[in-house]
Amino acid sequence: MESTDLAAVWLTLKLASVVTILLLIVGTPIAWWLARTRSRLKGVVGAVVALPLVLPPTVLGFYLLVAMGPNGPIGQLTQALGIGLLPFTFPGLVIASVFYSLPFVVQPIQNAFEAIGERPLEVAATLRASPWDAFWSVAVPLARPGFLSGAILGFAHTVGEFGIVLMIGGNIPGRTRVVSVQIYDHVEALEYTQAHWLAGGMVLFSFLVLLALYTFNPARRKAL
Amino acid sequence: MSLEIQARFRVDRSAFTLDVDLILPGRGVTALFGHSGSGKTTVLRAMAGLERAAAGYFALGSEVWQDESRGRFVPPHQRALGVVFQEASLFPHLSVRGNMEFGQKRTSTAARRFSLPEIAELLGIAHLLDRAPGQLSGGERQRVAIARALLAAPQILLMDEPLAALDLKRKLEILPYLERLHGELSIPIIYVSHAPDEVARLADHLVLLDQGKVVASGPLNAVLSRIDLPATFADDAGVVIEAAIAAHEADDLTRLEFTGGRILVSQRHEPVGTRLRCRIHARDVSLALAPPVQTSILNSVAATVAELAPTNTPGHVLVKLDAAGTPLLARITRRSAEKLAIRPGLALHTQIKAVALLA
Repeated sequence: MESTDLAAVWLTLKLASVVTILLLIVGTPIAWWLARTRSRLKGVVGAVVALPLVLPPTVLGFYLLVAMGPNGPIGQLTQALGIGLLPFTFPGLVIASVFYSLPFVVQPIQNAFEAIGERPLEVAATLRASPWDAFWSVAVPLARPGFLSGAILGFAHTVGEFGIVLMIGGNIPGRTRVVSVQIYDHVEALEYTQAHWLAGGMVLFSFLVLLALYTFNPARRKAL
Repeated sequence: MSLEIQARFRVDRSAFTLDVDLILPGRGVTALFGHSGSGKTTVLRAMAGLERAAAGYFALGSEVWQDESRGRFVPPHQRALGVVFQEASLFPHLSVRGNMEFGQKRTSTAARRFSLPEIAELLGIAHLLDRAPGQLSGGERQRVAIARALLAAPQILLMDEPLAALDLKRKLEILPYLERLHGELSIPIIYVSHAPDEVARLADHLVLLDQGKVVASGPLNAVLSRIDLPATFADDAGVVIEAAIAAHEADDLTRLEFTGGRILVSQRHEPVGTRLRCRIHARDVSLALAPPVQTSILNSVAATVAELAPTNTPGHVLVKLDAAGTPLLARITRRSAEKLAIRPGLALHTQIKAVALLA
């Protein structure tokens, strides 16, 4: 493998790891809210979270590009904060990926929270656990399979994205050129051997991830 | 000092209205008895703070946990109470010990009244501490749930049909432990049930609920011996007698004595002096004007008629009797009542066909 290939693999893993961690932090409260709320907004929020499932990545990428651009709201904010503009940077890629992979993390966690039901939390309350305490000591441990599924799916989905990376990240070696883009480059340049290495690696990786998911998490088999 | 429990709740739902105003003793077991839909579980949940009645007041002694007129509502986790639900609801991610420590860890050391080994011993689960909840039988799980609730140092224990999900064998296995709690704990227990036998066996105070309203509330026997209750409760009419073993007789019978008389039952193995509860159904009591002779029925107690009331069994009446202070109920046909000219004040003899011993 060429050094650019290795750099792409490394960047991809870094991106997926950062995005997965952020998604668990952002997705958990959303999943909790969606699982427990009786608000009429539940449908709206649920639909917005699920949008990336059906939208072409280019559509999401396009709007994020506009929003993060010099005249977009995110762009103005980042400029005002002195961060500069996010498109074509690693942080920009991270933010776009968080949006794009959100449903893959929120939905398994939400399902797991819903499956717990009301009773264990009521029991915890009658045993002196505050709602915050009960969330950490009861809800999270009981939803562990959902967290595992969400993390694996979020990670794998981020590794596999292409369209949104091209829209937001462009193709800057070492900064935004991830494996999927690198494969595209190799194919464009008719470098099929290199493309095979990376593409084959992706197939193997994806298979192993799904194998892990289905083997260690039997409940997920029904959900998927 | 005996605390008093005050509970007033009003809940309005589309198909159901609950409106109760209760003053309950701060000791012993109070049973909330009623059919499904009577609101007994809602009352319990409101007491626990798991449901907030729009108009509600709940106080244990001087401790006011809800007073909506002053906007006061203490959330459940800040109330010193224990709840045992119908399903044990043990935390599956914790061992038996972990479950028991859950509430204990969240209780200040000063408030703790029992140690974990003591409670484990009391409920007979000391050998199960390292098991996972999934490895326990239904009865064992429920005992762990009770232990878990007690270790959080509650000032009141709320039990929502704790035996309803168990089969008869498990029920019989767990009832003695509940009786031990009754005997050894100083805290009041509110016990929701729709099983008359459990109530007769455990309760000291009885609240009858029907369609969200309190039909009767009072000491167990005072309520059980009332004959003016709605027909729904009259089917199973009967009284509970506290008796003590007086003697073991040679022909495999045991003699019990209670205020008002003595009865013979099949041989018991407890020592003389042991107190037992027994239930006498109205349908098992017949009446005679003269002391019965030449009858196979052994038990006869002299009593005076207190009052009569119709029942919902056609052609039958319910007779309330007074046996030297102990109330008894008899269900006889209206024809017999007329033939014997049964009226309040009449002294007669009861014949008791069956006595159900409750322990």
